Amino acid sequence: MLEPKNECSDTPGCDCHAGKEMLPMAPAGTGETAEVACRGGALGKRADPMERPGYVLRSFVEAFVRTPAGPVPRVRTTLDRSDRMGVLAARLGFGRNDYRVAPGLYCVGNPTPDSPVLVTANYKLTFDALRRALANTSAWILVADTRGINVWCAAGDALFSSEEVSRRAASSRLADVVNHRRLVLPQLAATGVSAKAVKKGCGFSVVWGPVRVEDIEPFLSAGMNTEPAMRRVTFSLKERLVLVPVEITLLWKGLLIGLAAIFLISGIGSHIFSLSMAWSRGGMAAAAGLAGIVAGTVLTPALLPWIPSRPFAVKGLILGALAWAILALLFQGKAGGLEMTALLLFTIAVSSYLAVNFTGSTPFTSPSGVEKEMRIAIPFQAAATLLAIVAWVGAGFIG
Amino acid sequence: MQDFRYLSGVSTLKLDPDACTGCGLCTVVCPHGVMALENNGEGGGKGKKAKIVDLDGCMECGACANNCPTDAVQVTPGVGCATYIIQSWIYGKEAATCGVNCC
Ligand code: SF4
Ligand code: SF4
Repeated sequence: MLEPKNECSDTPGCDCHAGKEMLPMAPAGTGETAEVACRGGALGKRADPMERPGYVLRSFVEAFVRTPAGPVPRVRTTLDRSDRMGVLAARLGFGRNDYRVAPGLYCVGNPTPDSPVLVTANYKLTFDALRRALANTSAWILVADTRGINVWCAAGDALFSSEEVSRRAASSRLADVVNHRRLVLPQLAATGVSAKAVKKGCGFSVVWGPVRVEDIEPFLSAGMNTEPAMRRVTFSLKERLVLVPVEITLLWKGLLIGLAAIFLISGIGSHIFSLSMAWSRGGMAAAAGLAGIVAGTVLTPALLPWIPSRPFAVKGLILGALAWAILALLFQGKAGGLEMTALLLFTIAVSSYLAVNFTGSTPFTSPSGVEKEMRIAIPFQAAATLLAIVAWVGAGFIG
Repeated sequence: MQDFRYLSGVSTLKLDPDACTGCGLCTVVCPHGVMALENNGEGGGKGKKAKIVDLDGCMECGACANNCPTDAVQVTPGVGCATYIIQSWIYGKEAATCGVNCC
């Protein structure tokens, strides 16, 4: 087997002709001073020697390392502005469906044929988190094509699979690049990847790495040994809050339909339909809906471990009732008893439903459990909504 | 995860002690410490077997069953996602999805 050469051989025809260790990327600001753009102003950067027609050079690549399997991009272990903007956009729910990196082999630091191979998903946020956690490491990174989905969800959907890992190891010619036959996989990929099948598929044996990227460097320096804590999933306040914006952005469509329905229903009364009633009562009902949304999608995740009761439907109901109590104080004198009852039912139906919805984002709720509680909760939530509408319209006629 | 407990007695996790070779893989891949290797007394110190020590901690992710070399662990893995479950009620398990934006 050929040893990967980190040094340029400077043979004619070699596309590497300047760098000593790495294939060159254009040094910043190498434009000749005599060059002046016709339209005035500064010239753009010179084309990078590694640019190829039809390909885009990603900003996280800092150089290319020569290997027997061809040049391998060496990636930065810091995030730049565009990376951070991407994180923000993805967290807020924009463009989440196409935020990926090209699958294949990458590296960090100055890896040798003996350096470890870390396998990851091609969701860019996952990839970014990994390279950021490798500031003091030299390693190869094998990115599997998980269709731009993170490790955990891709493994659950059989996208991060034994076949994909084997295929990617083969197509990247990993066996020509490293001396050993070991892949480090994130533990959470075990749902989709079987160590035995990977061994059979590409000859590499799987070492299960830690759950969290922050633990990778300690794991590697401990000779690929994990502490029990590295094997356990956590769900800290920060991990929970990060999910909130996406939960909310997923609601937009339902929210618009809901608002339209609220104003329509609120206007119905003894005058058949009154715009002023739609406005004043609709505002109250919309506030109740909003209270339910805040209780279900923000407060439930934030306060999760401290809310009594295990079913999420009940957790949502408790917080919904609390949110309603605040509204009741605000609406004192404006809404009657029947109206306040309708608002209570509406708020808890919304918050309870959204709280159950949040189970999809938690790393500890079993599908059997979610299905069980939904069988009981959904009829109640539907009944509460229906009763709320009846009471609300009824109050419109009375008032 | 001891500070997060969900409904008890619902997990579909099953272990067949006779098929278990005590390789310990399930204890490695489980993110909730549901399985542990225990000495079952047979064959001196060698006879290790997996044991379910925290059934209610199981989230039915299927990592253990997927990696058990002898199929001694079985679990019905699935998606604990409300949208998916509602869809599976209406359209059946095959046609259900989480929706494009889920996960
Ligand atoms: S993975 Fe299977 S064979 Fe190995 S210890 Fe667990 S149950 Fe036993
Ligand atoms: S299904 Fe997942 S959580 Fe349950 S025991 Fe297996 S690995 Fe652990």
